[in-house]
Amino acid sequence: MATKSLKAQQNELATSNKQLEILNGGLFANGELPYFKDKIAEIGHFPLRPTRLEILQINVGYMCNQVCAHCHVDAGPDRKEIMTKETMMQCLEVIKNTKAHTLDLTGGAPEMNPNFRWFVEEASKAGIKDFIVRSNLTIIRANKKYYDLPGFFKKHNVHVISSMPHYTKGKTDKQRGDGVFDKSIKALQELNAVGYGMPNSNLKLDLVYNPSGAYLPGDQGAMERDFKKRLKEDFNIQFHNLFAITNLPIARFLDYLIASENYEDYMYALVEAYNSSAVANVMCTNTISVSWDGWLYDCDFNQMLDLKVASKVKHIKDYNEDVLTDRNIIISQHCYGCTAGAGSSCQGSVA
Amino acid sequence: MANSYYDPADLRKFGKITEWSEELGEKFFDYYGKVFEEGALTAREKSLIALAVAHVIKCPYCIDSYTKDGLQRGITKEEMMEAVHAGAAIESGATLVHGVQMMNKYNKLSM
Repeated sequence: MATKSLKAQQNELATSNKQLEILNGGLFANGELPYFKDKIAEIGHFPLRPTRLEILQINVGYMCNQVCAHCHVDAGPDRKEIMTKETMMQCLEVIKNTKAHTLDLTGGAPEMNPNFRWFVEEASKAGIKDFIVRSNLTIIRANKKYYDLPGFFKKHNVHVISSMPHYTKGKTDKQRGDGVFDKSIKALQELNAVGYGMPNSNLKLDLVYNPSGAYLPGDQGAMERDFKKRLKEDFNIQFHNLFAITNLPIARFLDYLIASENYEDYMYALVEAYNSSAVANVMCTNTISVSWDGWLYDCDFNQMLDLKVASKVKHIKDYNEDVLTDRNIIISQHCYGCTAGAGSSCQGSVA
Repeated sequence: MANSYYDPADLRKFGKITEWSEELGEKFFDYYGKVFEEGALTAREKSLIALAVAHVIKCPYCIDSYTKDGLQRGITKEEMMEAVHAGAAIESGATLVHGVQMMNKYNKLSM
Protein backbone atom coordinates (compact mmCIF):
# COMPACT_ATOMS: atom_id res chain seq x y z
CA MET A 1 0.00 0.00 0.00
CA ALA A 2 1.24 3.49 -0.87
CA THR A 3 2.36 5.63 2.04
CA LYS A 4 2.72 8.87 0.08
CA SER A 5 0.08 11.03 -1.51
CA LEU A 6 -0.06 11.31 -5.31
CA LYS A 7 1.05 14.89 -4.82
CA ALA A 8 4.20 13.84 -2.94
CA GLN A 9 4.86 11.22 -5.60
CA GLN A 10 4.51 13.97 -8.22
CA ASN A 11 2.01 11.74 -9.98
CA GLU A 12 0.31 13.59 -12.85
CA LEU A 13 -3.08 12.55 -11.43
CA ALA A 14 -2.40 14.91 -8.54
CA THR A 15 -3.24 17.73 -10.94
CA SER A 16 -6.88 18.56 -11.59
CA ASN A 17 -6.24 19.26 -15.28
CA LYS A 18 -5.06 15.72 -15.92
CA GLN A 19 -8.02 14.26 -14.04
CA LEU A 20 -10.52 16.40 -15.93
CA GLU A 21 -8.87 15.49 -19.22
CA ILE A 22 -9.46 11.81 -18.42
CA LEU A 23 -13.03 12.39 -17.21
CA ASN A 24 -13.93 14.35 -20.33
CA GLY A 25 -12.07 12.16 -22.80
CA GLY A 26 -12.00 8.45 -23.66
CA LEU A 27 -15.36 6.74 -23.60
CA PHE A 28 -17.21 10.05 -23.38
CA ALA A 29 -15.33 11.87 -26.13
CA ASN A 30 -15.75 8.98 -28.55
CA GLY A 31 -19.50 8.84 -27.92
CA GLU A 32 -19.57 5.41 -26.31
CA LEU A 33 -21.03 6.90 -23.13
CA PRO A 34 -23.15 10.07 -22.81
CA TYR A 35 -21.80 13.18 -21.08
CA PHE A 36 -23.42 13.85 -17.70
CA LYS A 37 -24.61 17.19 -19.02
CA ASP A 38 -26.61 15.49 -21.80
CA LYS A 39 -28.00 12.89 -19.45
CA ILE A 40 -29.46 15.45 -17.02
CA ALA A 41 -30.63 17.65 -19.89
CA GLU A 42 -32.98 14.77 -20.86
CA ILE A 43 -34.95 15.39 -17.67
CA GLY A 44 -34.67 19.19 -17.72
CA HIS A 45 -32.02 19.49 -15.02
CA PHE A 46 -29.33 21.18 -17.08
CA PRO A 47 -27.97 23.53 -15.96
CA LEU A 48 -28.05 21.99 -12.50
CA ARG A 49 -29.13 24.60 -9.94
CA PRO A 50 -29.04 24.75 -6.15
CA THR A 51 -32.33 24.49 -4.26
CA ARG A 52 -31.66 25.89 -0.81
CA LEU A 53 -28.55 25.76 1.32
CA GLU A 54 -28.81 23.16 4.07
CA ILE A 55 -25.25 22.01 4.61
CA LEU A 56 -22.09 24.01 5.03
CA GLN A 57 -19.18 21.62 4.61
CA ILE A 58 -15.77 22.87 5.64
CA ASN A 59 -12.57 21.05 4.79
CA VAL A 60 -10.08 22.10 7.46
CA GLY A 61 -7.08 20.50 5.78
CA TYR A 62 -5.77 17.62 3.71
CA MET A 63 -3.36 16.27 6.32
CA CYS A 64 -4.34 12.80 7.53
CA ASN A 65 -2.79 10.02 9.58
CA GLN A 66 -3.94 7.50 6.95
CA VAL A 67 -3.24 7.09 3.23
CA CYS A 68 -6.38 5.25 2.08
CA ALA A 69 -6.25 3.67 -1.36
CA HIS A 70 -9.59 5.16 -2.43
CA CYS A 71 -9.16 8.70 -1.07
CA HIS A 72 -10.53 11.39 -3.41
CA VAL A 73 -8.78 14.06 -1.35
CA ASP A 74 -5.35 12.42 -1.84
CA ALA A 75 -4.93 13.08 1.88
CA GLY A 76 -2.00 11.85 3.95
CA PRO A 77 0.66 12.77 6.49
CA ASP A 78 2.65 14.58 3.79
CA ARG A 79 -0.11 17.04 2.88
CA LYS A 80 0.56 20.49 4.25
CA GLU A 81 -2.65 22.24 3.25
CA ILE A 82 -4.13 23.22 6.62
CA MET A 83 -6.79 25.85 7.30
CA THR A 84 -5.37 28.84 9.20
CA LYS A 85 -7.01 30.44 12.21
CA GLU A 86 -7.67 33.51 10.09
CA THR A 87 -9.71 31.50 7.56
CA MET A 88 -11.47 29.74 10.43
CA MET A 89 -12.48 33.14 11.78
CA GLN A 90 -13.95 34.00 8.38
CA CYS A 91 -15.81 30.68 8.47
CA LEU A 92 -17.15 31.43 11.97
CA GLU A 93 -18.68 34.67 10.73
CA VAL A 94 -20.51 32.68 8.08
CA ILE A 95 -21.52 29.94 10.54
CA LYS A 96 -23.12 32.54 12.83
CA ASN A 97 -25.30 33.91 10.03
CA THR A 98 -25.98 30.98 7.72
CA LYS A 99 -29.43 29.54 7.04
CA ALA A 100 -27.85 26.07 6.79
CA HIS A 101 -29.01 23.65 9.48
CA THR A 102 -25.92 21.43 9.22
CA LEU A 103 -22.25 22.20 9.69
CA ASP A 104 -20.01 19.42 8.42
CA LEU A 105 -16.27 19.42 9.19
CA THR A 106 -14.10 17.19 7.07
CA GLY A 107 -10.48 16.75 5.92
CA GLY A 108 -8.02 14.93 5.86
CA ALA A 109 -8.32 14.13 9.50
CA PRO A 110 -9.90 17.36 10.76
CA GLU A 111 -8.55 16.67 14.25
CA MET A 112 -4.98 17.16 12.96
CA ASN A 113 -5.56 20.86 12.33
CA PRO A 114 -3.82 22.55 15.29
CA ASN A 115 -6.79 24.89 15.79
CA PHE A 116 -9.42 22.16 15.44
CA ARG A 117 -10.57 22.19 19.08
CA TRP A 118 -10.76 25.96 19.25
CA PHE A 119 -12.76 25.97 16.03
CA VAL A 120 -15.21 23.32 17.29
CA GLU A 121 -15.69 25.19 20.59
CA GLU A 122 -16.39 28.45 18.78
CA ALA A 123 -18.58 26.91 16.07
CA SER A 124 -20.68 25.01 18.61
CA LYS A 125 -21.70 28.34 20.15
CA ALA A 126 -23.49 29.32 16.92
CA GLY A 127 -26.30 26.91 17.75
CA ILE A 128 -26.36 25.07 14.44
CA LYS A 129 -28.80 22.15 14.64
CA ASP A 130 -26.54 19.39 13.39
CA PHE A 131 -22.80 19.74 13.87
CA ILE A 132 -20.90 16.94 12.15
CA VAL A 133 -17.24 16.00 12.42
CA ARG A 134 -16.05 13.36 9.95
CA SER A 135 -13.58 11.36 11.98
CA ASN A 136 -11.60 8.47 10.56
CA LEU A 137 -11.66 6.71 13.97
CA THR A 138 -7.99 5.68 13.99
CA ILE A 139 -7.00 9.26 14.82
CA ILE A 140 -8.57 8.72 18.25
CA ARG A 141 -5.98 5.96 18.85
CA ALA A 142 -3.11 7.53 16.85
CA ASN A 143 -1.52 9.53 19.64
CA LYS A 144 -2.15 10.20 23.33
CA LYS A 145 -3.14 13.78 22.58
CA TYR A 146 -6.21 12.48 20.76
CA TYR A 147 -7.32 9.91 23.36
CA ASP A 148 -9.83 12.32 24.91
CA LEU A 149 -11.59 13.09 21.61
CA PRO A 150 -14.73 11.03 22.42
CA GLY A 151 -15.25 13.16 25.56
CA PHE A 152 -14.46 16.34 23.64
CA PHE A 153 -17.01 15.48 20.94
CA LYS A 154 -19.59 14.70 23.62
CA LYS A 155 -18.99 17.99 25.43
CA HIS A 156 -19.79 19.94 22.26
CA ASN A 157 -22.63 17.68 21.16
CA VAL A 158 -20.82 16.84 17.94
CA HIS A 159 -22.40 14.35 15.55
CA VAL A 160 -19.65 11.88 14.68
CA ILE A 161 -19.57 10.30 11.23
CA SER A 162 -16.85 7.72 10.76
CA SER A 163 -15.54 5.59 7.94
CA MET A 164 -15.75 1.83 8.22
CA PRO A 165 -15.28 -0.03 4.96
CA HIS A 166 -16.24 -3.45 6.29
CA TYR A 167 -17.00 -5.37 9.44
CA THR A 168 -14.11 -7.74 8.75
CA LYS A 169 -10.45 -6.99 9.29
CA GLY A 170 -9.13 -8.14 5.90
CA LYS A 171 -11.20 -5.85 3.72
CA THR A 172 -10.80 -2.85 6.00
CA ASP A 173 -7.03 -3.06 6.23
CA LYS A 174 -6.66 -3.60 2.50
CA GLN A 175 -8.39 -0.30 1.76
CA ARG A 176 -7.14 1.78 4.65
CA GLY A 177 -3.87 0.25 5.81
CA ASP A 178 -2.61 -2.40 8.23
CA GLY A 179 -3.96 -2.14 11.75
CA VAL A 180 -6.76 0.26 10.79
CA PHE A 181 -9.48 -2.27 11.61
CA ASP A 182 -8.33 -3.02 15.17
CA LYS A 183 -7.83 0.67 15.95
CA SER A 184 -11.23 1.56 14.47
CA ILE A 185 -12.94 -1.11 16.58
CA LYS A 186 -11.25 0.21 19.72
CA ALA A 187 -12.24 3.79 18.83
CA LEU A 188 -15.86 2.77 18.22
CA GLN A 189 -15.95 1.00 21.58
CA GLU A 190 -14.66 4.17 23.24
CA LEU A 191 -17.30 6.27 21.49
CA ASN A 192 -19.96 3.80 22.66
CA ALA A 193 -18.55 4.00 26.20
CA VAL A 194 -19.29 7.73 26.43
CA GLY A 195 -22.76 7.20 24.98
CA TYR A 196 -22.23 7.65 21.24
CA GLY A 197 -24.30 5.43 18.96
CA MET A 198 -26.37 3.85 21.71
CA PRO A 199 -30.07 3.28 21.00
CA ASN A 200 -32.06 6.44 21.82
CA SER A 201 -28.86 8.38 22.55
CA ASN A 202 -28.74 11.97 21.35
CA LEU A 203 -25.04 11.50 20.71
CA LYS A 204 -25.20 10.55 17.06
CA LEU A 205 -22.69 8.09 15.65
CA ASP A 206 -23.07 7.14 12.00
CA LEU A 207 -20.78 5.05 9.85
CA VAL A 208 -19.76 5.57 6.27
CA TYR A 209 -19.21 2.59 4.04
CA ASN A 210 -17.46 2.83 0.71
CA PRO A 211 -16.59 -0.14 -1.44
CA SER A 212 -13.05 -1.54 -1.22
CA GLY A 213 -12.62 -1.77 -4.96
CA ALA A 214 -14.01 -1.13 -8.43
CA TYR A 215 -17.65 -1.79 -7.67
CA LEU A 216 -20.66 0.17 -6.48
CA PRO A 217 -22.11 0.00 -2.98
CA GLY A 218 -25.02 -2.35 -2.43
CA ASP A 219 -28.34 -1.47 -0.88
CA GLN A 220 -27.72 0.86 2.07
CA GLY A 221 -30.46 -0.65 4.24
CA ALA A 222 -29.24 -4.22 3.72
CA MET A 223 -25.62 -3.19 4.39
CA GLU A 224 -26.69 -1.41 7.56
CA ARG A 225 -28.43 -4.55 8.82
CA ASP A 226 -25.32 -6.66 8.16
CA PHE A 227 -22.98 -4.11 9.79
CA LYS A 228 -25.21 -3.74 12.87
CA LYS A 229 -25.52 -7.48 13.36
CA ARG A 230 -21.84 -8.26 12.93
CA LEU A 231 -20.43 -5.32 14.89
CA LYS A 232 -22.82 -6.04 17.78
CA GLU A 233 -22.20 -9.78 17.80
CA ASP A 234 -18.46 -9.69 17.26
CA PHE A 235 -17.44 -6.52 19.13
CA ASN A 236 -20.51 -5.33 21.08
CA ILE A 237 -20.46 -2.10 19.03
CA GLN A 238 -23.56 -0.04 18.29
CA PHE A 239 -24.14 2.85 15.91
CA HIS A 240 -27.10 4.71 14.41
CA ASN A 241 -27.03 4.86 10.61
CA LEU A 242 -24.82 3.51 7.87
CA PHE A 243 -24.27 5.73 4.84
CA ALA A 244 -23.24 3.90 1.69
CA ILE A 245 -21.11 6.21 -0.46
CA THR A 246 -20.02 5.53 -4.01
CA ASN A 247 -16.33 6.06 -4.75
CA LEU A 248 -15.93 8.80 -7.34
CA PRO A 249 -13.24 8.53 -10.02
CA ILE A 250 -11.01 11.23 -8.57
CA ALA A 251 -7.43 11.34 -7.27
CA ARG A 252 -6.27 8.05 -5.72
CA PHE A 253 -9.40 6.13 -6.65
CA LEU A 254 -8.98 7.25 -10.25
CA ASP A 255 -5.32 6.22 -10.11
CA TYR A 256 -6.36 2.81 -8.77
CA LEU A 257 -9.03 2.37 -11.47
CA ILE A 258 -6.58 3.13 -14.24
CA ALA A 259 -3.72 1.07 -12.80
CA SER A 260 -5.97 -1.96 -12.26
CA GLU A 261 -7.55 -1.61 -15.74
CA ASN A 262 -10.99 -1.12 -14.21
CA TYR A 263 -11.57 2.47 -15.32
CA GLU A 264 -13.72 1.77 -18.37
CA ASP A 265 -15.84 -0.90 -16.69
CA TYR A 266 -16.33 1.34 -13.67
CA MET A 267 -17.48 4.29 -15.78
CA TYR A 268 -19.83 1.95 -17.66
CA ALA A 269 -21.18 0.71 -14.33
CA LEU A 270 -21.75 4.29 -13.10
CA VAL A 271 -23.53 5.32 -16.30
CA GLU A 272 -25.61 2.13 -16.42
CA ALA A 273 -26.68 2.66 -12.81
CA TYR A 274 -27.69 6.29 -13.56
CA ASN A 275 -30.93 6.98 -11.70
CA SER A 276 -32.76 10.07 -12.91
CA SER A 277 -34.70 10.35 -9.67
CA ALA A 278 -31.44 10.88 -7.74
CA VAL A 279 -30.59 14.01 -9.76
CA ALA A 280 -32.95 16.40 -7.96
CA ASN A 281 -31.41 15.52 -4.59
CA VAL A 282 -27.67 15.41 -5.35
CA MET A 283 -25.80 17.06 -2.51
CA CYS A 284 -24.44 19.97 -4.55
CA THR A 285 -28.02 21.27 -4.67
CA ASN A 286 -28.06 21.89 -0.90
CA THR A 287 -24.37 22.12 0.05
CA ILE A 288 -21.50 24.58 -0.12
CA SER A 289 -18.01 23.18 0.29
CA VAL A 290 -15.25 25.39 1.70
CA SER A 291 -11.62 24.48 1.16
CA TRP A 292 -8.75 24.84 3.64
CA ASP A 293 -7.81 28.15 1.99
CA GLY A 294 -11.35 29.53 1.98
CA TRP A 295 -12.41 28.95 -1.63
CA LEU A 296 -15.97 27.84 -2.30
CA TYR A 297 -17.05 24.80 -4.28
CA ASP A 298 -20.26 22.96 -5.20
CA CYS A 299 -19.03 19.86 -3.34
CA ASP A 300 -15.90 18.28 -1.86
CA PHE A 301 -15.28 16.43 -5.14
CA ASN A 302 -15.30 19.64 -7.19
CA GLN A 303 -12.95 21.04 -4.57
CA MET A 304 -10.44 18.29 -5.31
CA LEU A 305 -10.80 18.97 -9.04
CA ASP A 306 -10.28 22.68 -8.35
CA LEU A 307 -13.62 23.59 -9.93
CA LYS A 308 -14.59 26.69 -7.94
CA VAL A 309 -18.23 27.81 -7.81
CA ALA A 310 -19.50 29.64 -10.88
CA SER A 311 -20.54 32.70 -8.90
CA LYS A 312 -19.32 36.23 -8.29
CA VAL A 313 -18.74 35.05 -4.73
CA LYS A 314 -15.90 32.57 -4.80
CA HIS A 315 -14.28 32.96 -1.40
CA ILE A 316 -15.46 32.71 2.21
CA LYS A 317 -14.36 36.29 2.87
CA ASP A 318 -16.97 37.52 0.36
CA TYR A 319 -19.61 34.97 1.37
CA ASN A 320 -23.17 35.86 0.44
CA GLU A 321 -25.77 33.09 0.54
CA ASP A 322 -28.29 34.70 -1.77
CA VAL A 323 -25.71 35.41 -4.45
CA LEU A 324 -24.31 31.88 -4.10
CA THR A 325 -27.71 30.23 -4.40
CA ASP A 326 -28.17 31.91 -7.77
CA ARG A 327 -25.55 29.93 -9.64
CA ASN A 328 -25.12 27.03 -12.04
CA ILE A 329 -23.45 23.97 -10.53
CA ILE A 330 -20.30 22.82 -12.28
CA ILE A 331 -20.50 19.24 -13.47
CA SER A 332 -18.34 16.66 -15.19
CA GLN A 333 -18.43 12.90 -15.63
CA HIS A 334 -17.45 12.20 -11.99
CA CYS A 335 -20.99 13.40 -11.16
CA TYR A 336 -22.33 10.03 -12.35
CA GLY A 337 -21.01 8.75 -9.02
CA CYS A 338 -23.68 10.71 -7.16
CA THR A 339 -26.57 9.57 -9.37
CA ALA A 340 -25.75 5.85 -9.55
CA GLY A 341 -28.26 3.41 -8.07
CA ALA A 342 -29.88 4.87 -4.99
CA GLY A 343 -27.72 7.99 -5.42
CA SER A 344 -24.81 8.93 -3.21
CA SER A 345 -23.89 11.87 -1.02
CA CYS A 346 -21.95 12.58 2.16
CA GLN A 347 -25.28 11.76 3.86
CA GLY A 348 -25.61 8.44 2.01
CA SER A 349 -28.33 7.47 -0.49
CA VAL A 350 -30.49 10.24 -1.88
CA ALA A 351 -33.10 8.55 -4.09
CA MET B 1 -16.70 -9.88 -34.79
CA ALA B 2 -14.59 -10.84 -31.85
CA ASN B 3 -12.18 -13.68 -32.53
CA SER B 4 -13.04 -15.51 -29.34
CA TYR B 5 -16.34 -16.99 -28.18
CA TYR B 6 -16.45 -15.00 -24.95
CA ASP B 7 -15.80 -11.27 -24.76
CA PRO B 8 -16.16 -9.58 -21.33
CA ALA B 9 -17.53 -6.47 -23.09
CA ASP B 10 -20.50 -8.55 -24.35
CA LEU B 11 -21.90 -8.72 -20.83
CA ARG B 12 -22.71 -5.00 -20.99
CA LYS B 13 -24.74 -5.71 -24.14
CA PHE B 14 -26.92 -8.38 -22.53
CA GLY B 15 -29.92 -6.03 -22.55
CA LYS B 16 -29.71 -5.80 -26.33
CA ILE B 17 -31.23 -9.28 -26.74
CA THR B 18 -34.54 -7.47 -26.29
CA GLU B 19 -33.97 -5.62 -29.57
CA TRP B 20 -34.56 -8.77 -31.62
CA SER B 21 -37.50 -10.01 -29.60
CA GLU B 22 -38.97 -7.28 -27.49
CA GLU B 23 -41.77 -9.24 -25.86
CA LEU B 24 -39.70 -12.24 -24.83
CA GLY B 25 -36.70 -10.13 -23.86
CA GLU B 26 -38.76 -7.89 -21.63
CA LYS B 27 -40.58 -10.81 -20.07
CA PHE B 28 -37.24 -12.43 -19.31
CA PHE B 29 -35.71 -9.33 -17.71
CA ASP B 30 -38.90 -8.65 -15.69
CA TYR B 31 -38.81 -12.22 -14.44
CA TYR B 32 -35.08 -12.05 -13.75
CA GLY B 33 -35.42 -8.83 -11.79
CA LYS B 34 -38.32 -10.20 -9.77
CA VAL B 35 -36.46 -13.40 -8.90
CA PHE B 36 -33.60 -11.51 -7.28
CA GLU B 37 -35.73 -9.19 -5.15
CA GLU B 38 -35.94 -9.67 -1.39
CA GLY B 39 -38.45 -12.43 -0.68
CA ALA B 40 -38.58 -15.48 1.56
CA LEU B 41 -34.85 -15.53 0.80
CA THR B 42 -32.80 -12.37 1.13
CA ALA B 43 -31.27 -10.82 -1.98
CA ARG B 44 -27.90 -11.64 -0.37
CA GLU B 45 -28.75 -15.36 -0.11
CA LYS B 46 -29.97 -15.39 -3.70
CA SER B 47 -26.75 -13.76 -4.85
CA LEU B 48 -24.73 -16.61 -3.31
CA ILE B 49 -27.02 -19.21 -4.90
CA ALA B 50 -26.56 -17.47 -8.26
CA LEU B 51 -22.79 -17.52 -7.79
CA ALA B 52 -22.82 -21.27 -7.07
CA VAL B 53 -25.02 -21.98 -10.10
CA ALA B 54 -22.85 -19.72 -12.27
CA HIS B 55 -19.92 -22.04 -11.53
CA VAL B 56 -21.88 -25.22 -12.06
CA ILE B 57 -23.09 -24.08 -15.48
CA LYS B 58 -19.63 -22.56 -16.09
CA CYS B 59 -20.95 -19.25 -17.35
CA PRO B 60 -18.10 -16.71 -17.37
CA TYR B 61 -20.49 -13.77 -17.66
CA CYS B 62 -22.47 -14.98 -14.65
CA ILE B 63 -19.29 -15.56 -12.62
CA ASP B 64 -18.13 -11.98 -13.29
CA SER B 65 -21.59 -10.63 -12.51
CA TYR B 66 -22.18 -12.44 -9.26
CA THR B 67 -18.66 -11.97 -7.94
CA LYS B 68 -19.19 -8.24 -8.39
CA ASP B 69 -22.72 -8.48 -7.02
CA GLY B 70 -21.38 -10.28 -3.94
CA LEU B 71 -18.72 -7.60 -3.39
CA GLN B 72 -21.40 -4.93 -3.65
CA ARG B 73 -23.43 -6.68 -1.00
CA GLY B 74 -20.47 -7.00 1.35
CA ILE B 75 -20.29 -10.78 0.91
CA THR B 76 -16.86 -12.03 1.96
CA LYS B 77 -14.53 -14.13 -0.19
CA GLU B 78 -14.86 -16.98 2.32
CA GLU B 79 -18.64 -16.98 1.85
CA MET B 80 -18.23 -16.87 -1.93
CA MET B 81 -15.81 -19.81 -1.96
CA GLU B 82 -18.11 -21.87 0.27
CA ALA B 83 -20.95 -21.22 -2.16
CA VAL B 84 -18.75 -22.38 -5.06
CA HIS B 85 -17.93 -25.55 -3.11
CA ALA B 86 -21.62 -26.16 -2.43
CA GLY B 87 -22.23 -26.01 -6.20
CA ALA B 88 -19.18 -28.15 -6.94
CA ALA B 89 -20.21 -30.75 -4.35
CA ILE B 90 -23.66 -31.12 -5.90
CA GLU B 91 -22.13 -31.34 -9.35
CA SER B 92 -19.59 -34.00 -8.36
CA GLY B 93 -22.27 -35.76 -6.31
CA ALA B 94 -24.44 -35.88 -9.41
CA THR B 95 -21.61 -37.62 -11.24
CA LEU B 96 -20.81 -40.01 -8.40
CA VAL B 97 -24.39 -41.00 -7.68
CA HIS B 98 -24.40 -42.50 -11.19
CA GLY B 99 -21.83 -44.88 -9.74
CA VAL B 100 -24.82 -46.72 -8.28
CA GLN B 101 -26.15 -47.25 -11.81
CA MET B 102 -22.74 -48.58 -12.81
CA MET B 103 -22.76 -50.92 -9.82
CA ASN B 104 -26.30 -52.10 -10.60
CA LYS B 105 -25.41 -52.79 -14.20
CA TYR B 106 -22.16 -54.51 -13.22
CA ASN B 107 -23.97 -56.74 -10.76
CA LYS B 108 -26.73 -57.55 -13.22
CA LEU B 109 -24.28 -58.56 -15.92
CA SER B 110 -22.00 -60.51 -13.62
CA MET B 111 -22.51 -64.11 -12.54
